[in-house]
Amino acid sequence: MTTVSQRAAVPTASTDRTAVCAYDRLTADLGVAALIDGVQVAIFRLADGTVHAVQNLDPFSGAHVMSRGITGTRGDEPTIASPLYKQVFSLLSGECLVTMDKAPREGLDPRLTVFAVTVHDGLVYVDVPGAM
Amino acid sequence: MTDTQKIVVVGGGMVAHRFTEAMRARDTDGRYSVTVLAEEPRAPYDRVALTSYFTGKDPEDLALGDPALWEDGLVTLRRDAKAVAIDRDAREVTDAHGVVHPYDHLIMATGSYAWSPPVKGADLPGVFVYRTIDDVAALRIYVERRRKELGRSVRGAVIGGGLLGLEAAGALQELGATSTVIQFSDRLMNLQVDEGGGQALSRLIENLGVKVRCNTATEAIRPDKHGHVGSLKFADKGEQLVDVVVFATGVRPRDELGRDAGLTIGKRGGIVVDDTCLTEDPAVSAIGEVACIQGACIGLIAPGNTMAEIAVDRLLGGEATFPGADTAAKLKLLGVDVASFGDAFATTPGALELTYADPVAGVYKKLVVTDDARTLLGGILVGDASAYASLRPLVGSALGGDPAAWLLPEGSIERPNVELPDEAGVCSCNNVSAGAIRHAVTEQGCHELGEVKACTKAGTSCGSCLPLVKKIVGSELEKSGIELSNALCEHFDMSRAQLFNAIQVSELQTFSEIIERFGTGRGCDICKPTVGSILASIYNQHVLAADRAALQDTNDRVMANMQKDGTYSVVPRVPGGEILPEHLILIGQIAQDYGLYTKITGGQRIDMFGARLEQLPQIWQRLVDAGMESGHAYGKSLRTVKSCVGSDWCRYGVQDSVGMAIALELRYRGLRSPHKLKLGVSGCARECAEARGKDVGVIATDHGWNVYVGGNGGFTPRHAQLLVEDVDDETVFKVIDRYLMYYIRTADRLQRTAPWQEDHEGGLEAIKAVIMDDSLGICDDLDAHMARHIDSYEDEWKAVLNDPERLRQFTSFVNAPDDPDPSLAYVEQRGQRRPATESERRDTAVLIAPTRLEVRS
Repeated sequence: MTTVSQRAAVPTASTDRTAVCAYDRLTADLGVAALIDGVQVAIFRLADGTVHAVQNLDPFSGAHVMSRGITGTRGDEPTIASPLYKQVFSLLSGECLVTMDKAPREGLDPRLTVFAVTVHDGLVYVDVPGAM
Repeated sequence: MTDTQKIVVVGGGMVAHRFTEAMRARDTDGRYSVTVLAEEPRAPYDRVALTSYFTGKDPEDLALGDPALWEDGLVTLRRDAKAVAIDRDAREVTDAHGVVHPYDHLIMATGSYAWSPPVKGADLPGVFVYRTIDDVAALRIYVERRRKELGRSVRGAVIGGGLLGLEAAGALQELGATSTVIQFSDRLMNLQVDEGGGQALSRLIENLGVKVRCNTATEAIRPDKHGHVGSLKFADKGEQLVDVVVFATGVRPRDELGRDAGLTIGKRGGIVVDDTCLTEDPAVSAIGEVACIQGACIGLIAPGNTMAEIAVDRLLGGEATFPGADTAAKLKLLGVDVASFGDAFATTPGALELTYADPVAGVYKKLVVTDDARTLLGGILVGDASAYASLRPLVGSALGGDPAAWLLPEGSIERPNVELPDEAGVCSCNNVSAGAIRHAVTEQGCHELGEVKACTKAGTSCGSCLPLVKKIVGSELEKSGIELSNALCEHFDMSRAQLFNAIQVSELQTFSEIIERFGTGRGCDICKPTVGSILASIYNQHVLAADRAALQDTNDRVMANMQKDGTYSVVPRVPGGEILPEHLILIGQIAQDYGLYTKITGGQRIDMFGARLEQLPQIWQRLVDAGMESGHAYGKSLRTVKSCVGSDWCRYGVQDSVGMAIALELRYRGLRSPHKLKLGVSGCARECAEARGKDVGVIATDHGWNVYVGGNGGFTPRHAQLLVEDVDDETVFKVIDRYLMYYIRTADRLQRTAPWQEDHEGGLEAIKAVIMDDSLGICDDLDAHMARHIDSYEDEWKAVLNDPERLRQFTSFVNAPDDPDPSLAYVEQRGQRRPATESERRDTAVLIAPTRLEVRS
């Protein structure tokens, strides 16, 4: 499970979680970027209240822009579309669902890294492995 | 290649084009090379559409087919190379330059010439015929010159009230001349319509301001005191003052070359051919208007094209023969429909005529049926020819149900749904049957009208059969279970135009309510921006208001243009391209302070590239402080109104194009639409602003402005078409208000004005009727809607500066708002910076660190 709702269990102390911002700072369906120990993360609060985090790097353009894309659904799967060339990715698995007949930039994986998100005491935590 | 046989085609008209095109399409082994000797200095063009030359088309818009045909290695087109002699023994043709062209097979396609009766004065300056682009261009120049010289509108007369005569009368009206049609017979178009039809036609034509004078023989054309055409004298002693005369008294085959070469000539002219289009010389064929086939020359394009196809088929060893001419005709003149098909005059023994006439509405319809009233034989439609496309292919077939259903106004009785037999001809210009269209859909994978047109050529000449083609394609797709989906995306099962209506009528204003009521799921990057744009079009509220921000596409979301590295460009608004020196200095200063790359845009503005998300509000603030605003170089909205310098400075300008451009840009700025909108204004006919390449082009005339619509640069360039002529400023605003609003309400997602105009049922004429004659009764509504837009415009960038909530979206990182994106890297080039490439990033020595680009304050 990569996403946890607002009422999720208290995170254990062993994770690499970092408090990023207040949950109330997030507007439904409007992503924000966070800089966590040098890693750029795109964070989305969806209309159903869940919060998701994926890499901010768009593998098809090489620019860090995923937080500025449009959220949506493909079937039941919550998605994020890149604002540059409009590829669509799953917010659950990070998988690229629509490639727009393009290949990712050399050396980049078309699948987005998904980070675990926890909301606790009104704060949003993102687990970035390796970050403190 | 030694086996290649040489074909020489004498004549460069539409039929010569069809022959060459068909030969190249079918002769896949390269057995024949084709040399076309054209008398005119241009490639074959669409003579049928000649009148459209007046409605803003350029000669090149009349080009036929794919111009690549003339680049084919086996095709040689010699323009301005009239053939002057044929030596059948030596098998050689000599052209006017003395060049000799040997042939293995000769195709005579010399067509016709416009014949004028030997009336005294027919050689005076001001007398024209109506046949070629040059004729039409000369007429245009003469009328325009005389209007200036005379200082009043030019009085025109057309001698001949047939199909071509009415076309010419329409052309004179388009040129701003008055026109009178002088007809020798007792009615107009006497070859196509009967007495009842002729009466209805006269009434309709006269209502449009064209005078009609039947039963009149012209005895002489008399000069005025300067030797120009001055008046007409009729056989009944009547007289009429005229400044220009056009003869449209019929055509005669240009058979003189054939005659000189000793070929048999028909009694009333034309080179005699058999049903395979071959003359008595097995090495010579004749096709088109010059061919005397089955005892007559036929002056219509459809049989000409059929002959071209037959000649090709025979040369390639086929068995095709001429099936007889389909003389059906449909034309639209000044908006009046006239059609005639099959046995229109009920000459079949026992034939019955059913007629319907409504003199008030100006409609006359007649169907000719067999004595049992079951089988359609022919018909005449005047005033409303909407049934033509369905009826013409039914000639010879059962009408199915009550024939009256076809005569009464559409909707009064349900018309029987008749399935056309496969062999029924649908497109007579290109001889395409219903079966061929079905085959294209079922076997050749064509699922859209455009594909079917490209594949079968149906509807590519006069286009009158397109509604029928569309219907056949639709029903065939339905049968094969393929639905022609116009769904926006998986969340909305309706087109943009339908959704626009739904949102407008329901008055819902949030995406969540709209998708709950009309769609499914949560939306996506297709439907969200579409709904965002529709809401913006209807209510003109801020793009980032309430839940709107999350609907906006990339650029609208932050109101600047995202570039490839995720930074933005800012393009301050420069209405009409007019800018104060201090504003120029300010733009330079901002670019210097933020290290932005600057470039002049194609829309007469200055673009500053490389601004980071968090820098945008600061840049807007500086523009606002100096009385400027940022501009829409993004979004499906009005971009710029380009202008030339106009009459204030230019030696040639006749109107204030800059003033008009500024007024238009301020009027429509912020207007959200299905696609981007660009306007242009030129101060004189030299058109330096290239306004006809814009969605709306306004071009100055001596008397006001001409407004052109539906132009496009980009991927599919189009010239804008004339909408209104010589109008004042207020009318310019009014027609553009309505045009744009009608487009915004009815176009598909991402459909620009040119294809919208083309796909609109009835084309530009129908759009004109909506916005000029209020044919849908929506003009008040369109006007009110645009007035709301203009009144409620706000500087959307300034609005963000005043709203801390929205400003929060302009931060780099939610947890590090002062840190710039650390991945940005630039190199210097020609004194400015640009994003570094991958390899430059690896060679870090060349990079400019973003920290060096911080604001110097």
